[in-house]
Amino acid sequence: MKQSKYKGWLYLLPAILFLGIFMVYPLIDVIVYSFEEGYNFVSQTSQGTGLYNYRYVLRDPYFVQALKNTFVIVIITVPVSTGLALLISLALSSIKPLRNLFQTVYFLPYVTNTLAVGLVFMVLFKKTEYSDGMINLLIKLFGGNSVDFIDGPHWAKMLVMCIYTVWIVLPFKILILTSALASVKEDYYRAARVDGTRPSRIFFRITLPMISPMIFYLIITGFIGAFKAYSDEVALFGTDLNSAGMNTMVGYIYDMLYGNSGGYPSFASAAALILFAVVFTITCINLMVSRNNVHY
Amino acid sequence: MKITLDHVTKRFPNRNKKIREDVIAVNNFTFEIPDGKLIGLLGPSGCGKSTTLNLISGLEMPTAGRIFFGDTDVTNLPAENRGVGLVFQNYALYPHLTVLDNITFPLGNLRGQEKLTKEQMRYKAMEVAKLVQISELMERRPSELSGGQQQRVAIARALVKMPSVLLLDEPLSNLDARLRLQTREELARIQRETGITTVFVTHDQEEAMSISDLIVVMKDGVIHQIGKPQEVYDKPCNLFVAQFLGTPPINVFEGQLRDGHVFVGEDAVLDIESKEKRYVYVGIRPEGFIPDENGPLVCSLSKIEVMGRDTSVVSTHPAFNGPAIRSIIPSEDVTGIGGETVRFRLKPAKVCIFDRGTQATVNFKVR
Repeated sequence: MKQSKYKGWLYLLPAILFLGIFMVYPLIDVIVYSFEEGYNFVSQTSQGTGLYNYRYVLRDPYFVQALKNTFVIVIITVPVSTGLALLISLALSSIKPLRNLFQTVYFLPYVTNTLAVGLVFMVLFKKTEYSDGMINLLIKLFGGNSVDFIDGPHWAKMLVMCIYTVWIVLPFKILILTSALASVKEDYYRAARVDGTRPSRIFFRITLPMISPMIFYLIITGFIGAFKAYSDEVALFGTDLNSAGMNTMVGYIYDMLYGNSGGYPSFASAAALILFAVVFTITCINLMVSRNNVHY
Repeated sequence: MKITLDHVTKRFPNRNKKIREDVIAVNNFTFEIPDGKLIGLLGPSGCGKSTTLNLISGLEMPTAGRIFFGDTDVTNLPAENRGVGLVFQNYALYPHLTVLDNITFPLGNLRGQEKLTKEQMRYKAMEVAKLVQISELMERRPSELSGGQQQRVAIARALVKMPSVLLLDEPLSNLDARLRLQTREELARIQRETGITTVFVTHDQEEAMSISDLIVVMKDGVIHQIGKPQEVYDKPCNLFVAQFLGTPPINVFEGQLRDGHVFVGEDAVLDIESKEKRYVYVGIRPEGFIPDENGPLVCSLSKIEVMGRDTSVVSTHPAFNGPAIRSIIPSEDVTGIGGETVRFRLKPAKVCIFDRGTQATVNFKVR
C-alpha cells in the first residue's frame, strides 16, 4: 500500500510541475513583488518591504480613475448586455423563417477583430475635420448639438465605451442563451399550454428558472470579463488611456509594467492583487446570490 | 364528458421536400367515447395514436373534421380553453418546482372570479395527492422521485383542476415491468373514483386490454376496430388486429376452405357449413390447441417449455408462416406429448379465418 501512495504522486508529477512553474510560482512572485518597494527587474533588487506599493497605488489618481471606469463599465454593461441578449434570444427562438440568417448576423461581431470593430465605431462616433461621424449627423438631423464622443466629455466617452462593450459581448451571450432556450423541452411548454398558462407566467415560472444556470454563468463570466477589459479601450481611445481618462484596471497594470515611463513591477503587482481581490469578492457575492436563485 | 370525433383528419407536410404528398397521421376518424369510460388507443408506433390524443387536447388542430366535447364543438378551441388534463409520456414535471408547486401550477393560472388563495390551492393539491397516494412527497423535487412517483405527480397535476377529460400519452412506458402492472391497476382505480372520461395511448396490447372499457385498435392512421377488449380479442375484424392482440401472438397458417372443411396445408382441421372454395389464412390462438393422439393437425415437435401453470409446446408445420408455432396447454394435459410429431384438435372459438387477399375476417359456422 505504501508504494501505491508514491505511485499516485508520480502520475500527478507532470501536471504538478507544469502548474507549479507556470501558475503557482508566478502567483507567489506577484505577491512577493507587491510587498517589495521599488523592485527592479534588471538589478533584481528592492529597497525594502512593506505596504508602500499598495498605499501608492490606492492614492494614485490614475488608478482611482481606472477603478471608477472599470466599475462603471461592469455595472452598466453586464446587466444591459445580458438582458439585451435574453430579449434577442427570445425573439430569435420565437421566429421560424430567417432564424438562421439572423443568428448568423448576430454572431458576426464575435468573429470580428476588436480593432476592426474599433475602426467601425470611429466612423460612427469620431469627429474629424471632414466629418462629425454618423451619430452626430443623426443628432443634428433631429436638431441636437453635436458631441465629440471620442475626445470630448467623459460621459460621452463612457457612453461609447459601454455601447462598444455591450455590442462586442452580445454575440456570445446570444449564442449561449439561444441554445439554452432550445434545450428547454417542448413538453414543458405544451403542459403549460394545456393548463392555460399565460405567456408571462410561462416565461417567469418555466423558461427563466430553466435557463437560470446559463444566465448565471453569463453574469459571472460577464463580470470577470468586464473587470479585465483593456483592449476594447485601446481600440477606441488609443494607447494613452490615462490622458484620455478612460483607463481600466488592467490597462493601469499594463501601463505600470510596460508603459512609456515603464518598469514599475511592484506597483503593477499591487494593482493586480487589488483587482484580484475585487473580482474574487464580486464572484463570491454572485455565488451566494445564485445559491438561492438558480435552480438545480 | 362524452367525446365525439367526426371525420377527423390530420395531415402533416412531408419533411422530405421532394415528396409533395402530405403525411396522413390520422385518416378520417369517426368514433364516440362514452362519458366516464376508460378508453385505450392501441396500435404500433407511428400509427397516429399520439396525434389523436393531441387533437383531442387541442395541442394540434385537425386538418378536417370536427371534435365535440359533449354537445359543444371544440374543434377551433385552443388547448388552454378545453379544460383537459394531459399526462405526458415523460411526465414533463417542472424540475425546479417542488411536487406541491407542480401540482398547484395549473391552479395558479386561474384568474378573476376563479382565482384561488394559496390555502385553497394547497387544500386542493393535498386532496388529489391523497387520491394518487403521494401525500408524503409534497416537498420533494421531481428529481428526488422514482419513476412511479413522478408518474403519480403528473397525474395529480392533470387532475387538480378537475378536467372534464383526462388524456394520458403512453403513461406506463417509462416504468419497469412490475411497477407497470401495479400502476395500471392504480390508473383504473383513479379513473373509477373520479369518473373522468379518460383516454390513454399505448402500444402495449396487454396494458390496453387489462384496464380499458373500450379499446380502439389503429394502424397507419386508420381505425381498424373499436370494441370491448374481450370482443376485439375474440372476434378480430382482420388479420392485423388478430396479430396485434394477444401474447404469445396468434399462429397464422396458410389454408384453404374446400368441400366444407378448413384445411391447414393438407390437414382438414375443422368442418364448416359453407362449401365455397377460398384461399385463406387460418389464425389459431395459442390456447386453441388441444393435444389429441388422433387430432387432425399434425405438427413436428420442436421443444416443450414448462412455465409452471401452463406448458408451451413449440412445433412447426409446413403451412405455417413464421419460425415456430406456439401453443399454450394446461400443464396437466401435456402427458403423452413427445417424439417426432404432435397432433392437435382445435377449439373452434379460438380459430379465426381471414381472406388471403383482403385479410378481412371470414365468418364461418362449425358443422
